[in-house]
Amino acid sequence: MSKIPLQFRHNGHDVAIFVDGGTNLLVALRELIGDMTPKFGCGQGGCGTCSVLVDGELHLSCLTLAETVAGRSIETLDGMKQGPNLHPLQRAFADNFAAQCGYCTPGMLMAAKALLDRNPRPSRDEVIEAISGNICRCTGYEPIINAILAAAGGRASA
Amino acid sequence: MLELRKDIFADERDDNLKEIGRGTQRQDMLGHVTGTSSYFNDHKLQGMLHLKVVRSTQAHARIRRIDTSEAERSGGVRRIIRGTDVPVNLNTLLSLINFGKDDEPSLAVDKVRYKGEPVVAIVADSEREAFEAVAKVKIDYEPLPAVFDVEDALKPGAPVVNETYPKNTFTYHETYDHQRLRFGDADAALATADHVLEQRYQMSPIEHAPTETNGAIAAPDTNGRYVVYTSTQALFFSVDTCAKILDVPSNTFHFIGGTVGGGFGGKVDTLTEPLAILGAMLTGKPVRYVFGREEEMQYGPPRGAERIYIKDGVMRDGRIVARKIRALFDSGAYTRLSSYAAVKCAAHLPGPYTIPNVYGDVYCVFTNRTPATAMRGFGVTAMDFAIECQMDKLANLVGMDPMEFRILNAYRDGDMKAHRREAKNTALIECVQVAAEKAKWPLRDEFRRASSRKDGGGSRAVIPPTPTDSSRARPMAPAQQRTSYDRLPPTVTREPPREPPPPAPPPSPRPAAPSHGATRFSSVFGTRRR
Repeated sequence: MSKIPLQFRHNGHDVAIFVDGGTNLLVALRELIGDMTPKFGCGQGGCGTCSVLVDGELHLSCLTLAETVAGRSIETLDGMKQGPNLHPLQRAFADNFAAQCGYCTPGMLMAAKALLDRNPRPSRDEVIEAISGNICRCTGYEPIINAILAAAGGRASA
Repeated sequence: MLELRKDIFADERDDNLKEIGRGTQRQDMLGHVTGTSSYFNDHKLQGMLHLKVVRSTQAHARIRRIDTSEAERSGGVRRIIRGTDVPVNLNTLLSLINFGKDDEPSLAVDKVRYKGEPVVAIVADSEREAFEAVAKVKIDYEPLPAVFDVEDALKPGAPVVNETYPKNTFTYHETYDHQRLRFGDADAALATADHVLEQRYQMSPIEHAPTETNGAIAAPDTNGRYVVYTSTQALFFSVDTCAKILDVPSNTFHFIGGTVGGGFGGKVDTLTEPLAILGAMLTGKPVRYVFGREEEMQYGPPRGAERIYIKDGVMRDGRIVARKIRALFDSGAYTRLSSYAAVKCAAHLPGPYTIPNVYGDVYCVFTNRTPATAMRGFGVTAMDFAIECQMDKLANLVGMDPMEFRILNAYRDGDMKAHRREAKNTALIECVQVAAEKAKWPLRDEFRRASSRKDGGGSRAVIPPTPTDSSRARPMAPAQQRTSYDRLPPTVTREPPREPPPPAPPPSPRPAAPSHGATRFSSVFGTRRR
């Protein structure tokens, strides 16, 4: 099977890999780049835990053909920390008990970042809308919504 | 009062406990928010192979022939595993504590007993090649009559689901086909009750739907050992189960787990580890076996379905005088943990209420449905749902406020429970009072003043004469009005009970309870141990 060369930016760094035709972005990131922060939950666009940003826009990496991100910029949770410091969203999630098993957290944080990057002062409804594609089965959505609002408001907790 | 066993735990921690009311960060939170928490699937191993299983398309069928010739020639296939390749291809999870008979194969050999049961496992270079080979396996089935309903499964002549249990019921203590509770004479009390209410409740199977699906990666390690990354919720349980199925000492394995992407009970069945390890043993390579989302939802074990019949006798003043329950727990095709669920279900009767006559039969029933497993309070949850629905209906029937009705019937310290254990540290009354307060639900004074510490014991501490089943006469047709909730007259008014709550005898001297020496009760074996 012939491999397709692919280059893109991954959390600010240029990367180059060879993919099989039909490889999705989630597999490319996890198995070829080695970035394990996007998770596999369903492989059919139903759960949102594989969410990443492509040129700042929220995408489900399990439904994104790897070849389509050539030359574009991918952000994952692995690139969210600012040096040794947590991003305000990460701090707010930790302070507001917005994670329990942690498996949906990477997708939730990327969805939240996509929202705050374009709308730094969202309403509660806008937060709810922004994470409506992300399923959490443990904590419940209230602490997650509160964490995102807290990060947006610059407060320690909601 | 809660008794802290300081003598036992003296060396383990100080008693300077002041955590309640303070925020304390979880130890794994930093890993979760940075994405560095390591789940089983976050390990990429050199040369890793992928395992997928061929699942039964039939709910109940004899396997005539399995043809893997085409699959063997399929691209990238390293190994095809059949039931005969599994060293000990029959197991039951609780056999580790000597409870129940081995009844479930890792890969079906003679028969399939539920739709989706694994029959053949295929190890290939890539996931895609494993899927392609799975599609090329041909299995010739002879369909058998299937049974999907717990009551149908108990009828004479019903198809036998699992030959280990030919009556379609789990066998307790090698003798009994159900769990039984007898306290007082429920039939006699029902015959003299002012109202009798009989209702049927049921709960469907419920899938845990964790965001991370079940899975494991097994890899050959140094010195003939295997390292296993797993999603299991019960790591040591899984180690021992694998040791049994693969017929090796448990120190053959180095299990790494504990970071689980949502479990809720659905990751205790050790479904993926044995085959992943066997694949690694047979190929000498790391092998990953992870459920797809469809497999998780369709064939992952759910909370077991239950059907529950409750027949209660209640007096006009609101006192429940008899509760008769017949509960059927749907285990699916294999036991897994459902035998234990039925024990818990029976242990929960008749709910947190003091009822002088209780009669309970709880069955763990086999059907051709997906085997059930643990899920948050399994065995108790459906029973609680049924009992509390029934409590609302009874309150309505006698014209009482549902919260006051619960306080009236709640158990109190010193009462005798149907299991012949004294009720201690009860707090249902206080819970109802707080709930009412939070909900701004008005309670009358006498119910606001009620306390779990008052009015218990005395005549309520007595174990009533209890006829044995063989001496029990067939119940006569009841003379009192039989009441169906559905035919309830629409104008039920709230009126106070005509009698005060059950008599408040002088507090009986408490039996000299041992203040130390942990007497424990094993619900599985039904024995006391110290």
